Amino acid sequence: MATSSAISTTASAAPQPSVQSGLWSWLTTVDHKRIGLLYLYTALFYLLVGGLEALLIRTQLARPNLSVVSAEMYNQLFTMHGTTMVFLVVMPLSAAFFNYLIPLQIGARDVAFPRLNAFSYWVYALGGLFITLPIFFGLAPNGGWFGYAPLSGPTYGGGYNMDFWVLGLQILGISSLAAAFNFITTIINMRAPGMTLMRMPMFTWMSFVVQFLIVLAFPVITAALFFLQFDRFFGTNFYQVQAGGDPLLWQHLFWVFGHPEVYILVLPAFGLVSEVLPTHSRKPLFGYNVMAFSGMMIGFLGFGVWAHHMFAVGMGPVADSIFAVTTMLIGIPTGVKIFNWIATMYGGSLRFPTSMKFAIGLIAMFTIGGISGVMHSSPPSDLQQTDTYFIVAHFHYVLYGGAIMGIFAGIYHYFPKITGRLMNERLGSWHFWLNFIGLNLTFFPMHFSGMLGMPRRIYTYDAGQGWDLFNMISTVGTYLLLVAGLIFAYNFFSSRKRGAVAGNDPWGGATLEWSIPSPPPEYNFAQIPEVTSRYPMWDLKAPDRTASLEHVHPSADDIAAAHAVPVHEETERRSAKELGIAIPFSTIRPFMVALGIIIMFSGLIVLHVGEFPLAMAAMLGGSAFMVGSLYAWLTSPLE
Amino acid sequence: MATVAAAGAHEAHEHAHYTTTGLNHRKIAMWTFIGSECMLFGSLISTYLVYKGRSVVGPFPHEAWTSPTGQAFKPILNIPVTSASTFVLLMSSLFMVLALAAVENKGKPGYEGLLGASKFWLAATAAAGATFLGFQAFEFTSFVHEGLTIRTNLFGTSFYTLTGFHGTHVAVGVLWLMTMLFIDLKRGLEPRDAINVDIMALYWHFVDVVWIAIFTLVYLIK
Repeated sequence: MATSSAISTTASAAPQPSVQSGLWSWLTTVDHKRIGLLYLYTALFYLLVGGLEALLIRTQLARPNLSVVSAEMYNQLFTMHGTTMVFLVVMPLSAAFFNYLIPLQIGARDVAFPRLNAFSYWVYALGGLFITLPIFFGLAPNGGWFGYAPLSGPTYGGGYNMDFWVLGLQILGISSLAAAFNFITTIINMRAPGMTLMRMPMFTWMSFVVQFLIVLAFPVITAALFFLQFDRFFGTNFYQVQAGGDPLLWQHLFWVFGHPEVYILVLPAFGLVSEVLPTHSRKPLFGYNVMAFSGMMIGFLGFGVWAHHMFAVGMGPVADSIFAVTTMLIGIPTGVKIFNWIATMYGGSLRFPTSMKFAIGLIAMFTIGGISGVMHSSPPSDLQQTDTYFIVAHFHYVLYGGAIMGIFAGIYHYFPKITGRLMNERLGSWHFWLNFIGLNLTFFPMHFSGMLGMPRRIYTYDAGQGWDLFNMISTVGTYLLLVAGLIFAYNFFSSRKRGAVAGNDPWGGATLEWSIPSPPPEYNFAQIPEVTSRYPMWDLKAPDRTASLEHVHPSADDIAAAHAVPVHEETERRSAKELGIAIPFSTIRPFMVALGIIIMFSGLIVLHVGEFPLAMAAMLGGSAFMVGSLYAWLTSPLE
Repeated sequence: MATVAAAGAHEAHEHAHYTTTGLNHRKIAMWTFIGSECMLFGSLISTYLVYKGRSVVGPFPHEAWTSPTGQAFKPILNIPVTSASTFVLLMSSLFMVLALAAVENKGKPGYEGLLGASKFWLAATAAAGATFLGFQAFEFTSFVHEGLTIRTNLFGTSFYTLTGFHGTHVAVGVLWLMTMLFIDLKRGLEPRDAINVDIMALYWHFVDVVWIAIFTLVYLIK
């Protein structure tokens, strides 16, 4: 099977429906796989929301001097498009894969803290509503996804719009941090015997790096947001220029978070394509060690480049030079990854299912974004490009061409594992090509309109500046992307029911998740596997591919302590009870704690409205509800 | 965020599952939480330092100030009083160490008397933490009476925010200590509970260490 060129669609048994169903079971689940699905569906919904926002933006910009939406609504649309795509789409889509895949890839039965995991999801889900719903009342955030103070402060950004943004991001930060503590612990402490760090699958590796970025970057924006929150609600002076406040403080704090955030968005996608490419090249990943270390290097350097977002503010030649150099340096580990992916395919026995097309698409598209990135690492060049559509083109090639393409590669690759059925390849191919053409039609012309001086974020423009054609092409491309998205949605939902049955391992995968049934039973592994190399499933099914690689057995003590058995295919589907595996209890309490947090933060909005008693009731009531639910959670047994 | 850590910290498999490193899950989670807290306090402290000496109007921390209306303000920081509260907080770390030792060694020879009195040491730690908070309440109130609120100037804004965040962390710690004391009174803590006290102690010592940085940078250095 591993050496046959056709993708196996035969399997022993049809996928079984999930044992639990109904709304209550979803509200109370602590199973990492179901939480992963919740993340996936919620984030795909927000992808639609963020996409429609983009569609309205592009419709407004299709021709000069249109007024499809009002200028005020336009501000809300571009702010929410960025905020939605970063915090409600790409990060949660990555989180869906963290949840679903990390325990399966490291041979664990769940994450370290299953209930904390449910809490992370519910904070995200409720926080997403908190920040998204105001757009229906014309009250959505309107100061850009970067929320530059003092423009987002009380003096220039009055009203409720930016209140929702400040508080919404605070809420979403809680979710990301809680999840990061959980995944770091899971990866450090729950690997199967023999799975040393340097034998972890590359997706787990990149996820590991990302969790550290989250842990170290999010507190910085938390502090910056607290300052802004205090300025807005309590009249402090953090960003008040008349009181001596520094207008650059926000920019520094925001980008100390914001640049690592870029890698938080893209490294999981890099991890996913690092799984897809070796599988469909039927060759081990080229330069595994270098891939792992370049990921770490990107994470490390990612904290030292933030001020390249601020060349135009006039930091002086010394600071500009330092950040120019670090920015050029970070291109090296990123370039290393590109070359390693290409070298992985070189000489391989390639096959091109949709996931592989998206993975190769990522290499090509991300490279374009990477090259324009190196262009504006140079301050003199950047000064010409800052705040123009050239920058918009750059980061969409990085985030759409990088993060989103990689995530689609991951969805097509792991759909059979998640649902037990394969996605339709013909529709997948349509999706890929329309997406690929649409992406380039939309974003490539922005390089030109930007070079011709078209500024970002403008509501409309006059004819005769040479921008008309490029804008029209961009808008047409966006509609093409909508069509591609609809094909994907149809394929996704119809394949869940009618796709070909996948079996354990439809692609001939190398890692542990392919050794268990699809969809996996609630306990994942009936027996914890004993890992001796980086490619345990290839050791089993295609030993010639891994013959030259190091194989080391774990210590007998570890094997005995974990009751581990050699890697094998698990085909039987028995209940956890029959196998004597303890499964954590379902519980509503994490949801209740999340709800308490939302009520508490909503109290601040009410305070701004001026309803003081109601605001105090919401804040104190929300806090009491949160603390009470937290104690109820902590005093109840896990399993 | 402290609640998040507490949630993570208390949650885990009670049974001795196999772990890759042999360490407890919650302990690793607490260390990662402390890592993120370092960045939070790092941001707060940096902001305080960046804004040091940039207030347009007084009162100032270390210098006297006369307002345009002729009102005279003394340097506002009361270093002797805060030194006393700092001493109390540092002592609480000692009590915390003794509380952990008492729980770890309960029943062992040499721990029959005061050294094994975990309830006493937990109560002492909580009391020291609460005393520190009392000092802080006194400090904040007297500053407000002297004319410095969180809105007055950049110093007031960054000072109250930084020390307020620290105080909130101490308050969460006191609540945690009192919960642990409650459990000890109810059923008695055993050596097998030591990991729970250990994780709480990590948090408590971290909060103490942050105060040493704040005390040095805000109060001692002019």
